[in-house]
Amino acid sequence: MSNKSYQAGIKKYRETYWTPEYTPKATDLIACFKILPQTGMSREETAAAVAAESSTATWTSVWTEQLTDLERYKGRAYRIEIVPNDEAYFYAFVAYPIDLFEEGSVISVLTTLISNIFGFKALRSLRLEDVRFPLSYVMTCGGPPNGIQVERDKMNKYGRSLLGCSIRPKSGLSAKNYGRVVYECLRGGLDFTKDDKSISSQPFMRWRHRFEFVMAATQKAATETGECKGHYLNVTASTPEEMYKRAEFAKDLGATIIMHDYLMGGLCANTGLANWCRDNGMLLHVHRTMHAVIDRNPYHGIHFRVLAKVLRLSGGDHLHIGTGICPLKSDRRMTLGIIDILREQSITSNREHGIMFDQEWGGMPGVFPVAYGGIHIWHIPTLVSIFGDDAVFHFGGGTLGHPWGSAAGATANRVALEASVEARNQGADLEKDSTDILTHAAQHSPELKKAMTTWKDSLISQ
Amino acid sequence: MGDIQYYQSSLSDPNSRKLETFSYLPEMNNDGLIKQIQYILNQGWYPMIEYTEPEHASDHYWYMWKLPMFGETDAEKILAEATACHKIHTAHHIRLVAYDHYKQTQTVMIVIFRGMM
Repeated sequence: MSNKSYQAGIKKYRETYWTPEYTPKATDLIACFKILPQTGMSREETAAAVAAESSTATWTSVWTEQLTDLERYKGRAYRIEIVPNDEAYFYAFVAYPIDLFEEGSVISVLTTLISNIFGFKALRSLRLEDVRFPLSYVMTCGGPPNGIQVERDKMNKYGRSLLGCSIRPKSGLSAKNYGRVVYECLRGGLDFTKDDKSISSQPFMRWRHRFEFVMAATQKAATETGECKGHYLNVTASTPEEMYKRAEFAKDLGATIIMHDYLMGGLCANTGLANWCRDNGMLLHVHRTMHAVIDRNPYHGIHFRVLAKVLRLSGGDHLHIGTGICPLKSDRRMTLGIIDILREQSITSNREHGIMFDQEWGGMPGVFPVAYGGIHIWHIPTLVSIFGDDAVFHFGGGTLGHPWGSAAGATANRVALEASVEARNQGADLEKDSTDILTHAAQHSPELKKAMTTWKDSLISQ
Repeated sequence: MGDIQYYQSSLSDPNSRKLETFSYLPEMNNDGLIKQIQYILNQGWYPMIEYTEPEHASDHYWYMWKLPMFGETDAEKILAEATACHKIHTAHHIRLVAYDHYKQTQTVMIVIFRGMM
């Protein structure tokens, strides 16, 4: 007879799931939650409730718990910390045994961690701040289909950041006019153009027509400039079957890169498409529509650094992350943290940058961070300073809005970038010397000079 | 429309062919090149010279000039190798590349002599 006995009824979570003496194992998955408990709930009991409800427990004891070994499967809240400068809130650190998760499935991980706890009545708010994926789990995931190095080799672009542009207006262009804009941007000196997230297959431009005209534009620009060019053909679709059909057609047309919106299409579609890209030699650009719904509230939801880790595991060669250019220094530090998460092989915890845990990626390739949103030539030196070479800078209005047209706008972007990289390599301080660098470069580039005048005021207003 | 400058680039004009990084800037003089080479050396990367016929500029593989200059620390000597290559292959494109053995990737690519198009 075992010494276990079944006691029906409600037990305090902390009796089983609060384990301050526990040291997480190298194979544990560790999560950090930011919690505001309901009035009267102790921190320990709340942390234990989160660990319990995201692993083995339900609200009451059940006899079937006797049929398994909870010690092997339970999540353990092992540490709590008051959030600095926000004392009503605390961080709860929870360790989960690796056997709670299906191998190679970020869906399994997120579903388990998130579970039902975000609506849990014992909490007033809950935010998943960071997750440490053990290397033994990382190695079960496919990761980026190509990665930064391979993309550089394929695109033959070294020693500088890459440049892209979203085609505008967001909706309403015919396929042939749309291809015209792609052609102008690429012949002017950008490396990539991009379907906006909302471009799918609407009545004004069906996907197949867009793909054909865009590829004609891309190929002509490549021949004309002698440089590799790409356009992110958005294959995010209403069904997986339709998504793969569009991806196959892009491949048939000779496209180098396609695009997926990973939160809208979902992680199942994204992981499948990343595998398809790996099998078919295609680069994968990843958009993140809906992220702000999940990550903007600092007290509830999931921090984007977790969503970024999830994408690196699920697979993608580019991921949008914002610009880090903001009056708030904390935003810039958080951006630097996410850049590291996407690109580095081995990351050390860095609270300044919001990184709560060390993270080992093993040999998993890195993802290009994509900086986008309201940027133009005046921002380029700062962008190079923040992001370095392994990033893609995305303009929209900052290319298309040039008074002489999109090709001139693209040239202005490219000259500003190359001048910034040249100056950095010579030891210049890109942020302090930015005006000098651009002014000097503009002496040889009327396109840049015109762009600088056009957007001068917009820099001052930020 | 008087103040709009048109974009001069065409299939028929060989000067429209660009050569990747720094090809949108004016040609670098020796002083500028030395600074770029010094940057490569400061990073601990290996410099190398490659050359090709202009009509094959978009090929992945150009001809290697000797071997990567492992252990060379003198920027002037590295530039002299590019010049020596240029003296023999006057009509070819000649580029300086750098390789980061830790990241296992090429990190720099600058065409420093442009051949006849």
